[in-house]
Order: sequence, then structure tokens, then C-alpha cells
Amino acid sequence: MRASLFITCYNDTLYPETGRAVVALLERLGVELDFHPKQTCCGQMHANTGFRGEAFSQAKRFVQLYRDAEAVVIPSSSCVAMMRDQYPGLFEELGNEQLQRDFAALLPRISELSEFLIDRLGVEDVGSSFPHRVAYHASCHGVRALHLGDRPYRLLAKVRGLEIASIPNGERCCGFGGTFSVKNAEVSSAMLAAKLQDVISTGAEYCTALDNSCLMHLGGAMHRQYAGMKTIHLAEILASTEDSPAEATV
Amino acid sequence: MSPTLQDHAELDPTLAEPFPQAALHVLRNPQLRKNVTHAIDVIQAKRAKLVAEKKDWEALRSAASAIRAQALEDLGPYLEQFEDRCTAAGGHVHWASDAAEARQIILDLLRQQNATEAIKIKTMTSAEIQLNPFLESHGVRAFETDLAEIILQLGEGEPSHIVVPALHVNRSQVREIFARRMGLKNLSDDPQALTAAARAYLRQKFLTIPTAISGANFLIAETGSVAIVESEGNGRMCLTLPRTLITLVGIEKALPRFQDLEVMLQVLARSATGERMNPYTSLWTGVTPGDGPQNFHVVLLDNGRSSILARPKHRQTLKCIRCAACINACPVYRQTGGHAYGSVYPGPIGAILTPQLQHMHHAQSLPYASSLCGACYEVCPVKINIPEVLLELRSEVVNQERHQVLRFFDPMYLGLRIANLLFARAWRFHLAQRLGRIGARLFTRKDGWIHSLPSIGGKWTQTRDLRGLPPQTFHEWWAARAGSPAAPVQTPPVHTKEAN
Repeated sequence: MRASLFITCYNDTLYPETGRAVVALLERLGVELDFHPKQTCCGQMHANTGFRGEAFSQAKRFVQLYRDAEAVVIPSSSCVAMMRDQYPGLFEELGNEQLQRDFAALLPRISELSEFLIDRLGVEDVGSSFPHRVAYHASCHGVRALHLGDRPYRLLAKVRGLEIASIPNGERCCGFGGTFSVKNAEVSSAMLAAKLQDVISTGAEYCTALDNSCLMHLGGAMHRQYAGMKTIHLAEILASTEDSPAEATV
Repeated sequence: MSPTLQDHAELDPTLAEPFPQAALHVLRNPQLRKNVTHAIDVIQAKRAKLVAEKKDWEALRSAASAIRAQALEDLGPYLEQFEDRCTAAGGHVHWASDAAEARQIILDLLRQQNATEAIKIKTMTSAEIQLNPFLESHGVRAFETDLAEIILQLGEGEPSHIVVPALHVNRSQVREIFARRMGLKNLSDDPQALTAAARAYLRQKFLTIPTAISGANFLIAETGSVAIVESEGNGRMCLTLPRTLITLVGIEKALPRFQDLEVMLQVLARSATGERMNPYTSLWTGVTPGDGPQNFHVVLLDNGRSSILARPKHRQTLKCIRCAACINACPVYRQTGGHAYGSVYPGPIGAILTPQLQHMHHAQSLPYASSLCGACYEVCPVKINIPEVLLELRSEVVNQERHQVLRFFDPMYLGLRIANLLFARAWRFHLAQRLGRIGARLFTRKDGWIHSLPSIGGKWTQTRDLRGLPPQTFHEWWAARAGSPAAPVQTPPVHTKEAN
């Protein structure tokens, strides 16, 4: 199977190890991956802050770049949610019919990473090993926009040596919310404090998720507080094998 | 610190502080936050249990959503039908285009009765039009009869929730207010004692004041009936004992048919208070000779609603049945309580309703008072896509502000404008990444993390660190790997199992 990787702007800049893990994982599973060098951003930050015209330009750019892709895999549920929930409205309001048609044809070929593995490749056991106690943070967009359900848990359940810890109030927001985290920094921090308490209470060594945005938020506070827990994207756990354990980055 | 209601914020959206600033007062108040989370947890648990037992919950939600959408689709005819039927049954219907007109109509009706006092059922709509202070300044004292509203009225507090307005007040605070205002020095904080005190206070009002003011949960177009649900029975007293009843209601509350109540009452009770049915459901049609109020008036309030109705994407806001499930589910409200929203309508529904009722002239910070987590939409019994409306309103705020000179150098606006230019061309984005990497070195400590940033970045680093920028972006790694003959050797595909 061929697939095109849309890495997302912040993973490209801040979390390249997640991208490298996706490449290692999918190539290990026999996927022929390509990477469009002109990709930048899906437009989520602009759309969610109210900059609709700007978001439209980026959304249009995405569709033009990926129109012909066989499959697009994206290791970020909030970016996929942006496409599924907001692109149609943006294109209806600001785009032309051609763009709407192109996107409608492309949409079924866009997958978040766990969807790609389970729904497209039909695998749950990806041959990984990660002998640690891990708490899975179910991000809002994964739960309520993409309805990922138990997909991430099914993938984690097959990882050798991994012990899943359940986070109390697991579906409650961590308070990141993109520009919300700076526009409403204090409220965001209060939400983060509550979430961190729940995450830390699991006694896990790692907190994982399908969104580095939530992990940047949680991990930033863990680091500030010497909390004794690290964050790691799910792709990095799945890429990790006995021969080639996850990169000790954080 | 004495446990009084000193932390109530101004709930007039035209005067209130922006949400981030107003929230600060609450965030530093552990008692208030504990009261809020405790109350919310209790309601949420009850709701979750009762929704779970309803196997056709999603079908009920869809039905409720469709009923409300249909009501709004033909709202004008339904309201006229309500007016006809209500009038035919002996009621009087008044139309108020805004808050001032509604207040004046109510005052005039009270004056016709020579009323100097009125008893009230909990109605957030009356708080929306600031009815009590208006009546007070014109010589009419309004006495709240809902237990929570009594607490707030006597404690001079403001509502922080639309279903349980005093949820931010705990039992010992209630005891203090009652003891002080009712002159009951030895009152205990036992719930029974507090209820008995409230009952003694209320009985005297019910038996002596012949004029009542209420809101309404639903207007039934088909029959001209009004429906009110409540938990205490105090509302029932107000609806049956007085000679005159004035019902103030937003125009969006219409339902087409009587049988729509079957669906609406089920979703409302379960969503609002976590009950199978509300303890008191009052339904009446005009005037019944010799039984109940003989002088009955309905004041239909627009106050910005018809302009919301006129906009297709915004219209869903008016489907709201004020159950507050979104408020209880909201992780932002959970931290801030209601007063930070500077409106009688707090939480997610308030964040979309208030600015629209203000024609987007006030409360522009409210559409941003959300992390867009979607919990509100998930629980809404009439399927209002609150995140979608929040985004609509955010884009309106940006369109208002983006051309203002002051905003030109606002770091948020500047940053987002620049980001848009960068994202338009990959080479610009990549150049910015390289420059950013150099710039970030200034702030990156030896441990590889950024602990403090200037300007808007400081908002991040006030409570979180940020890992320093890695030496190589992903696309640089990809290019190096593709161009290098010694690209990493791929490990062979592992044995994988088909998903079940």
C-alpha cells in the first residue's frame, strides 16, 4: 500500500521524532510512504482562532497538494478533525465547486494514524515492544470528533511488555485548546493542573496520546514540576521494538 | 474571610470584565471552586446514570433536536397560533422587542393591579432583562421563591448557573445568610433546618402577595398552553395562589404540538437534574374560572432573538431548552464557575448566546472561553453544535477587530498574520523554522528546555516549560534520508494479525 505522510506543521518543527517513528512503523508494516516537500499547515490554528480567510488558504493548499494521493496518514487527531469538521464549511463558504468536489473525493482517503493502522491496514499487533507502564490520554478531538473509540487501546494492548494505566476522568480536556492556552492562560493552567493530577495518579512512567499538542501541554507542566513522568506520542511506542527501542528524547 | 457572597461578578454583559480577567477572581478562590466542582460532580453523576438507563437516548436526542428545529423554522406562525389560543382561553399576550419594553410592560401590568410586591418563580429571562432592580427602583419589591434564588437574593449574590443558580454557595454559607437575614441566630446548617427556615419565610409571602411573575420552559402553539418544570413546588404555589400571573418568556420557547412535551420533558429532566421526571410539571392554558390566577399575561420577549433566528448557522443557538448539561460538562466552567462569564447565561451556551443577544457589541471574549473540547455538543439533548457556533462567532470577532489600529501590533494578530504568510509557501515556512531555531537558542537552558519566553510566549511559560527546538526538522531528516545512499535500512515487515 502507498500512503502520503502529512506530518503537520508543529510535528515537523517541534516533534520530528514522531514523524521518524511513523516512517519506521509504517515501512516496517510494508507501506510505501512518500512525503510531499511543500506541505505546511492544515489551517487549524487560524480556523480555531477565527481567522477564517487564512484557514481557507491553507485548507485549499492542502487539497491541492494531496488531491491525487492514494491515502494520507496524519499523526494528529486534531488536524484530521479540522479537515473532517471544518473544511467542508470553509469550502462551501469561500471555495468553488471544483474545490468542494476535490475535497469530497479526497476525504475518505485521509486517516489519523490509529485509524490508518486498524481500518486501512487491518493490524492491531504491529510487533512493537515498550516495557513500561503507560497512561493513554484520550484527546478531545480523538474521542469526540474522530470517534476513535477503543482503537488506541487495541493497539497498545498488543505492545510487548506494556502495561496500560487508566486515567481517571480520562475524556476531560487537558486545557490546551490551541491559542486558548495563551488567550486564557490562567484558566487553561487550572484545567491542566486538574488533568495532571489525574494523569500522575496513575503511577505511569509515560503518558501517551495521538496528539503532540496535548502532550506538549502535559509534558511542559510535567517538566516544570519535576513530575517524574514523560510524554511520548503513540507512534513512537508503536515504532519501538526490542532491537530498536524508542528514542530516548524527552 | 467570612463566607459571604462577596465574589459575585457583574452579570451585565455591557459592563462585565473580559472572561480571562473575570476568571482570575475565581481561580484564586478555593472555597468557590470546591463548591462548584462538588455540585457539578453530583449533577453529572445523576445525569450519566439516567441517560445510561435510557436505551433510546440517542433517538430521543434526535427527536428533541428535530422538534426544536421545526419550531424555529416556523416560529412566527407558531407564536401567532399560541397568541390566538392563549387569548381565546382568557390570557393576554404582549410582545416585547427588547428588555426595556418588556420591563415597562411588566411594570405597567403591576401598576394596574396596584401591586407593590410580587412573588417570583426562578426565571433566568427576568435576570436577562434585569427585571428585579428595575422593579425595585419603581417601587415594586420582587421576592424570589426558588430556594437557590432566595439564597442569592438574601445574600445579595448573583446566579452562577441557569438550573442551580446558587451552586457556588455551600451549606454553611446558606446558614450564615439565612441566620443574618432572617434573624435566626441559632439556625443550624442541617438541610432540614435550612429548608424549614426557607419555608417559614416563603409561606408568609405565598399567603399575602397576590401577584406573581414567572418564566416558562415551553409555550405550546397548538393549545396556547404554558409549561413550567421545577423541583421544589414553590413554583406551583406562585402559579396557583395569586390572583395575577405575569409570565415572561423568550420567543424561542415555542413548541408546535402538545405531544412534543413527551420528548422534551424526558430529555429536559434527565439532562438538567438527572431525574426521570421533574417533581413538579405545571401546565396551564389561559384562565380557568374560579381556579388559579384569573388575570394572566404572557410577555413574549425578543431582545435579540429574532436576529439570531435570521442567521442559518447561528439559529441552532435558539434550540436551547436551558437544561445546562453543557455547563455541567464543560471543563472550563468547572474551573471558573458562572460569574466569570459576565452574564446570566454562563458556560458553553452562555458563550454563544450572550454575545449574540448583545448583537456582538459586547462579550466578545466569550466565544474564546472554550478549549473547543466538544463535551458540550456531546451532551446537548437538542444537539446544538456549540463548537461550530463558537467558531462562527470567533470569526466575527476577528472580522470586527482585525482592522483596528490597536490590533495591528497585538502579538496574537501579528503572529497569526505572519504565520499565514509563512504557511503559504514551503520555503518561507522552512526559513522561519531555521530562524526560529536560532532565536530559540537564546531562551533554551542547558537542560534543553525553554523555561521562560517573552511577550505572548510568556503566557505559555508562566505554568509550562517548552522543549527547545530540535536540531533537525522532520522534513530536513526526510530530505537527508532520501538523498543519502546510506539511508536507514528498513527492518523487514513483522508478522501482523488481521483485526477482528
